[in-house]
This record gives sequence, C-alpha cells and structure tokens, in this order.
Amino acid sequence: MKSNFDRILSSEDVMRRRATLLQRMHIDGPLLILLLTLAAGSLFVLYSASGKNWDLLIKQASSFGLGLLSMVVIAQLEPRFMARWVPLGYVAGVLLLVVVDVMGHNAMGATRWINIPGVIRFQPSEFMKILMPATIAWYLSKRTLPPQLKHVGISLILIGVPFVLIVRQPDLGTSLLILAGGAFVLFMGGLRWRWIISVLAAAVPVAVAMWFFFMHDYQKQRILTFLDPESDPLGTGWNIIQSKAAIGSGGVFGKGWLLGTQSHLDFLPESHTDFIIAVMGEEFGLVGICALLLIYLLLIGRGLVITAQAQTLFGKLLAGSLTMTFFVYVFVNIGMVSGLLPVVGVPLPFISYGGTSLVTLLSAFGVLMSIHTHRKWIAQV
Amino acid sequence: MTQPIRIKDHEKDARLVRARVVFGAIMVVALLGVLIARLYFLQVIQYDYHSTLSENNRVHVQPIPPTRGLIFDRNGVVVADNRPSFSLSMTRERSGDWPQILDVIVEVLQLTPEDRVIFEKRMKQGRRPFEPVPILFELTEEQIARIAVNQFRLPGVEVVAQLVRHYPQGPHFAHSVGYMGRINEKELKSLDPVNYSGTHHIGKTGIERFYEPELHGQVGYEEVETNARGRVLRVLKRTDPVPGKDIVLSLDIKLQEAAEMALGGRRGAVVALDPNTGEVLAMVSQPSFDPNLFVTGISFKAYAELRDSIDRPLFNRVLRGLYPPGSTIKPAVAIAGLDAGVVTASSRVFDPGYYMLPNYDHKYRNWNRTGDGYVDLDTAIMRSNDTYFYDLAHKLGIDRLSTYMGKFGLGQKVSLDMFEESPGLMPSREWKRATRRQAWFPGETLILGIGQGYMQATPLQLAQATALVANKGIWNRPHLARTIEGEKPVDDNPIPNIVLRDPSDWTKVNHGMQQVMHGARGTARKAAIGAQYRIAGKSGTAQVVAIKQGEKYDRSKVQERHRDHALFVGFAPADDPKIVVAVMVENGESGSGVAAPVVRQIMDAWLLADDGRLKPEYGGPPSSTEVTASEE
Repeated sequence: MKSNFDRILSSEDVMRRRATLLQRMHIDGPLLILLLTLAAGSLFVLYSASGKNWDLLIKQASSFGLGLLSMVVIAQLEPRFMARWVPLGYVAGVLLLVVVDVMGHNAMGATRWINIPGVIRFQPSEFMKILMPATIAWYLSKRTLPPQLKHVGISLILIGVPFVLIVRQPDLGTSLLILAGGAFVLFMGGLRWRWIISVLAAAVPVAVAMWFFFMHDYQKQRILTFLDPESDPLGTGWNIIQSKAAIGSGGVFGKGWLLGTQSHLDFLPESHTDFIIAVMGEEFGLVGICALLLIYLLLIGRGLVITAQAQTLFGKLLAGSLTMTFFVYVFVNIGMVSGLLPVVGVPLPFISYGGTSLVTLLSAFGVLMSIHTHRKWIAQV
Repeated sequence: MTQPIRIKDHEKDARLVRARVVFGAIMVVALLGVLIARLYFLQVIQYDYHSTLSENNRVHVQPIPPTRGLIFDRNGVVVADNRPSFSLSMTRERSGDWPQILDVIVEVLQLTPEDRVIFEKRMKQGRRPFEPVPILFELTEEQIARIAVNQFRLPGVEVVAQLVRHYPQGPHFAHSVGYMGRINEKELKSLDPVNYSGTHHIGKTGIERFYEPELHGQVGYEEVETNARGRVLRVLKRTDPVPGKDIVLSLDIKLQEAAEMALGGRRGAVVALDPNTGEVLAMVSQPSFDPNLFVTGISFKAYAELRDSIDRPLFNRVLRGLYPPGSTIKPAVAIAGLDAGVVTASSRVFDPGYYMLPNYDHKYRNWNRTGDGYVDLDTAIMRSNDTYFYDLAHKLGIDRLSTYMGKFGLGQKVSLDMFEESPGLMPSREWKRATRRQAWFPGETLILGIGQGYMQATPLQLAQATALVANKGIWNRPHLARTIEGEKPVDDNPIPNIVLRDPSDWTKVNHGMQQVMHGARGTARKAAIGAQYRIAGKSGTAQVVAIKQGEKYDRSKVQERHRDHALFVGFAPADDPKIVVAVMVENGESGSGVAAPVVRQIMDAWLLADDGRLKPEYGGPPSSTEVTASEE
C-alpha cells in the first residue's frame, strides 16, 4: 500500500514539472487535448450534417467557447468549496424544476425551460446533471462505506424527486441521465452486490405483473413500440430505418466527407442533433466511428484514473459518477441510432448540435479537473 | 480522537472505490465492444443490403390509409359510403422548382390564380419528406387527360385514385350523420400524426365526428424500394391497415322521409325516439343542406350562401336550437307536483282566467281568458290550464321544481353520441345568483311552471323528457348509433332513473295526456281523429317575442319571423309506448293546430302497416269504449 502511494506521488511530481502552467490554471492536460480534438471533429462532422450551414457552425463554436470558459472557471473551485454549496444548489435546482412543472415555458411541445424574456432562458434539468451526482456524493462521503440500507434509501429519495419532476416534463432522456448520475455514485460507493442483484431480480416479476394485470392495451402497445421502434415505421421507426440504412451504407471506410446521400436528401431527420452518428457512419464508415469511440474511451479512461487518484471520498464518488454517466451518453446514443436500444432523446456528447448540452458536459469535465488538480496541497502538507 | 478511525476508513473506502473503478472500466470496454460489434454487423456484414438501399435506390415508408367505416340506417340502407375519386398530387422533392410546376398545372388545366394560391397553401402543409400532397380533388376525365398529355412537363405530379366520402341520401341525414372535410391546421395538431399519415379527411360534425376514432380505423404501411425518380421497384414489407368500423344507425330512412314530408317544407325540428331503448328513429332539422358539398372542399361562395341564409340550414335545431318548452313541460311539472305531494289527482284549483300571487297585483293569465272554472289534474293537462300550473309551481317552489326538472334531463346534455349537443338551461336560485347577481322572485317560479321564463330546452330534451313520462322514469340516453361493428354503444355515465314515491302517478299523468288527444275538450283532439291507437300528447307554444302585460297576442300585427314557435310532444300507443315524437315548427304559432298533426303523421308512419292498420307487433286495434270514460 505504502509503495503504491509513493508511486502516485512521484508521478504527480513529474507531471507538475512538465506542465506547470496548466497545473497552476488547474487544467488537466490529457483531458484538454482530448476535448479539443473532439471539438474540432465535431465541427467537421456538423458542417456536413447541417448541410453546410455556417450559422449553425458558428453557434456551435461559440457554445464550445462558452463551455470551455465554464470548464476553466469551475476547475478553479476547490472540491471542498463545492461540497459545501452542493446541498443548497440541489434544493435550488429542485425548486426550479417545480417552477418549471407548475408554470414552465412551453418549448417544442415539452415544458423544460425557464424563460424570463430578455433576461435569461435555461433548462433547470441541465444543472441537475451535475448537481445530482454531487449531492449524492456529498451525502455518502459523510457516511461509512459501503452505504447502509438507510443511507441508500435516503439517496434514492434524493434521486427520485428530480427524476420524477423531469420525467413529467416530459424528458425521458435527461431524466435517465440524472438517474444514472445518482445511481453511479451509489455504485462507486460500494453498493452491495447482493442488493443490486436482488433489485434487478425483483424488477422482473414486478414488470411481468404490471404487464398482465395493470396495463391497458394501449399502454402495452406504446411500450412495445418503444422497445421495438421498427414496428412503427411511420413514427419513430422511420428514423431508425433511415439511420440504419445510412450507417450500413457507409461500410468500412465511408462514402467520404460531404458525400453521404441519406443525410443530404433529408431522409434522416434530426441528422445534426441526436442522429448525427448516422451521418458519421455514412461518411466516415466503421473506421471513423471506431476512431471516435477510441477518443471517448481515452476520456473515460482518464476520468477513471482521476477517480482512483482522488484524495477525498467526495471527489472519488463524484468523479467516478461523472465519468460513468458520460459513458451512458455515448452508449445510449449510439445504441439508439444503430437500432440496439429504444429511442430516448440523448445527444452524442460533443458531436451533436446543441449549446446547452455542450456547456453542461464541459462543466462536468471542469469538475473532474478541479478534483484532480486541487490535490497538491494535501501532498505538500 | 476520530482522526485514526477516519484514516482507516479512508483506506478502506479507497480500496472499495478502486474495485468499482476496475469493474466500471471492464463494463465500459465490454459495452463499447457491443457497439463495435453492432456497427460491424451493419457496416460490414449487411453492407451490401444497406448500400443497395441507399446508393441507387431509396427506402420509402408509404402509409396505406384505412378504409373508413360505412354508415347504414337501421334497415341496412347506405347512408355514407366511400367512392373512388381522382385527385392530383405533387411530391415537392421530386418536382424540383415546384412553384414553377404549379404555374404549369394552372396553365394546363386552365385554372385561376386563386386556385394557385390554394395549391401553394396545400403544398406548404406537407408533412414528411417525399410525401405526395394532394392539391386538387375530383378530377374530371378531361383534366386527367390533360395531365397525361403534359406529364413530361410535370415531374413529381401524379393522378391518384383515393376513396372519398359520399352521402347517397343527400340532405336527409346532414344534421344527424354530419359530414367530413379536409383536416385543417388546428385539427392536425391534435391528431395522432402516425395514424392519420395517409388520411386527408376527418369527420367534422355529427356521427362522423363523434365516432371518428371508430370510423377511421388503423393506418397500414408499406416499406417500398423506389428508384431515384420515385418509381416503386418492389415492396419490402407490408402491413395491412385495419379498416374503420361500420356503424348501423337507429334512424329509419322511411320514418325520416315521413317526418320531412309531415313538416312539409316548414322550418322546424323533429325527433322520434323509441322510449324503451333510447334509439333515435328520426331526427330532422329543416331546412337542411347537402353534406357532399363539404367533403372535397366547398367553395367560399357556396359556403357563404349557406351560412348567411335567413333560414339557417346549417343550424342543427334538434341539438342546438333552444326554445322555452312552453306547455309541453306540464306533464313533467305535474309529476313533480304529485311526487312532492303539493297536489293530488283529485285536488282542485279555481281558475277565473288568471292567477295572482298573494300581495302582488300582477295577473298571471291563463291562455283561456274566460277561465276553466274548477280544474283538477286530468283537466289541467287536457285543457293545458295555466292557472293550475301557476298554483302548482308556487306551492312546489323553485328549488324542488328545478331539481325535478333536472331529473327529466333539462339543463344537461342527454344524448349518448351526438356532437355539440346544447345542455339547454334549467334555472335555479343558485344559477340566478351566479349569473345575474339577483335574488329569485316568486313570479319567476310561476312562469317556469308553464315552461316560460329563463327555461330553455332543445327539441331532443323535450323528446327525452316525454320519453321519461312514457316509460315511467327509466333513463335511456337517446343515441343515434344502434351498433358499431355489431356492438351496442355503452353508456359510461348513466343517469339514474326517476323513482317516484307512488309509481301510479305516472299513469295519472299519462291519462291526462291521453285526454289531450282523445278527450272531448282535449286541446289536440282534432289531430287524433281516426287514430288506430291511443295517443298521449301535449301541445306547447314558445314565445319568440314577449307580450306586454295587458296586451293581446295578435297574429296580424306580428311579423312572420316573430310569431310563436309551435311545439308538440307525444307518444303512442299510450299504454305501451313504442314511439315518442317531439316536433317544433318555427313560427308555426299553434302547437295543437300545426305541430300535433305532424306528430300524428309520424306516429302513423311508424305504427301502421301498409294497409292502414296497426302493425301486429304494436298490439291490436284500440278499444274505443275508454275514450270518453273519464270525461267531466
């Protein structure tokens, strides 16, 4: 154990010498390089997916800038400082969600926004993406691990309230990400395997009973369509049929940049948002997607290293959850577009068009950087 | 103190988290492997398949609209069916410069710039890429030929055969079955976009609207492979649509025609019900209109003509027409008085020709200025004596009167399946306080007793209130659909039956109503002359303009459109009712003189066989001995 500790310290010393400026700015070099690579690639793909729309590109690029700024600012905050203010943030976030629920502004048919005209317009559910894991991490870090049943119960209530509020908006994708964010903290905190397994085992008979005794035929139909979108080719199935054709026709090396036919003939709806991976698959082929997945894998790997090296329990739990939730984004989005998973609105991180999601994601990486770069003062004591 | 424990905990926590990190990493790698395997499957193993689909050919999903359910009358006569009709449709993505193609269409078919504006509007409503949008309906042979000749100039334009609603009975059922029309922008927002993806028309009124989900059916689809020019190469997959359900109406076309004949071109409304089931046998609102005009889009001029006509053909008098029920409500008021115990069958009231409230000097007049002398219940109904009912209403009071009338369906929607039925108005103390911010005056109760004042009812409500008297308080909501694909409609919200303390009260009122038709001094005795069965009835008059105190209704001074509406309700055979009829003749003036003969003709049409005798299923010939038995 002792030798291991020494080794980490010494490698950190090497790092410090190599990148003192970044270190002082509380920026993690490997993460920054990977994020900038993704940003560049994103604009590249988006240019094609949006039909060479420069306005859109400029918007996305400025969102990137705003996100990076937010990331740098958050990286300056000490994890201790965050832990102190997280509970308050959580309460404020839930209140805002209630406000949205009661009198939210209606955008795109779903009520997700708080809009004070001329002043500000935002989605409170986005804040919850970071506040949720931070709150559970704050709560569990004060308890003994692995968490006792009582503490698990309280954590589940803390997760459940915003989850239900966001499901009601209705925004299934975001609520799922928030559920994952909270659940991964419990998982990282060493939630007992037998509890995890027994909950999963209990879910099966409950679901079966619901199906046979409580659900109406139309509800069953809706779930069947949800699980198998291709049974509804005029609705969501349309997107999946077209996105599969787009990805599949890309082959190993793709048709080439700007040469995809499916996306450019308006076959593919939402080609620049949730379904952008289909454009990549069509134009850059299996090789292109594998390259993207490699970058994601490196980001996740770095996140897990930060988790393992974090010195406070709060930092470990939060970093682990943020990293794993990031993977959920990737897996759910690509799984959905390639027809493996049901369609829920989850964007492909850093590639899909959308400023709000970009800022949130980069802020989450800011938290990771903060956790990693504020460890020195302990080592120096 | 706690410091060492914390450090120890920290070590253990770190180990725990590290184990989970390792597990998480394995999970991430494994799931990324799954994704790569999926992509390998799509992009390498299925490459040829997808590449063929996307390179030269395109996959299209084409909706197949379901065939709309047919509507029949109770004898199986077709009331609404679907006919093939040719329309012109255009696919924006295949037409290239589509506004220019529209110009060509207008030129080829020699249409007007106004038509082009409509086409452009329709084109902008397109919903999905590569979905053909119909822009012109009911093409003639000549137009089809012109399009065919000029096809080379019209890429993306095609002539399509579709089924379009047709109403072979024309105006007969316009107010009950309603009509269909093109889906408008507002409806588009509330419709299931998938189920309606191949449908361009929707029920707008009547049965077509009320049973829209049942009639429409479930959309089917075809996954087809087309070449770059849009020609279908092959069908990859097909799911058949589920056709809409057929509806058999309870309406009888023969009775419907008889009722229209009986109205004889006058403006008015007729409802005929089977009191035992609530089935509507005839429903007439005159004048009517041809529903076929609306199906493929009515011209603005034709619509304006219908809308602005002084005779209001689009107005559904049966469901939306609100009239003070007048004396037709007296049987129901009599039931209320008997059940509340304020009158009995033998209690009498002296009628000097008017009624005065204690301490008021306003005279509430009987229609017969000379008065009827001592009046009991039977006579009061037979003679339609207003004084008796002023007295009854005064003793009953507004609260009880309002409650009882509510039980008879006044002030609420009574039908099971009729679109946009008006609930009418049954005033109460609370209603007046809420809407007028005024206390209730006793005089207002009096005039309610003879069906005047604030009270308003639709002809359908009058028929239903009469049906309740006929079948002794059993509630069957009036309905138009007898069966939907063989199944009877279900009433999810049944109204409780009217239960009287003494059920023989029903018979007493029924007897009074028989005296109206068959008694020597019955107000409508002329309408019952020669009847093969006994009729129970009640006439009524709905004032259009109020008459001042001390003034007399003088028809010569009143404009035709301001004359009273004539009302009559009745049922037959009186002792075993098979049909209830309510008739309103607009500006007809006399309930017993104008509306009663209409009721009689409709009853004859329903109850009598071709040889003029009562149909055997409705009982034998009437016993004429009873007719004068209880005369004074």
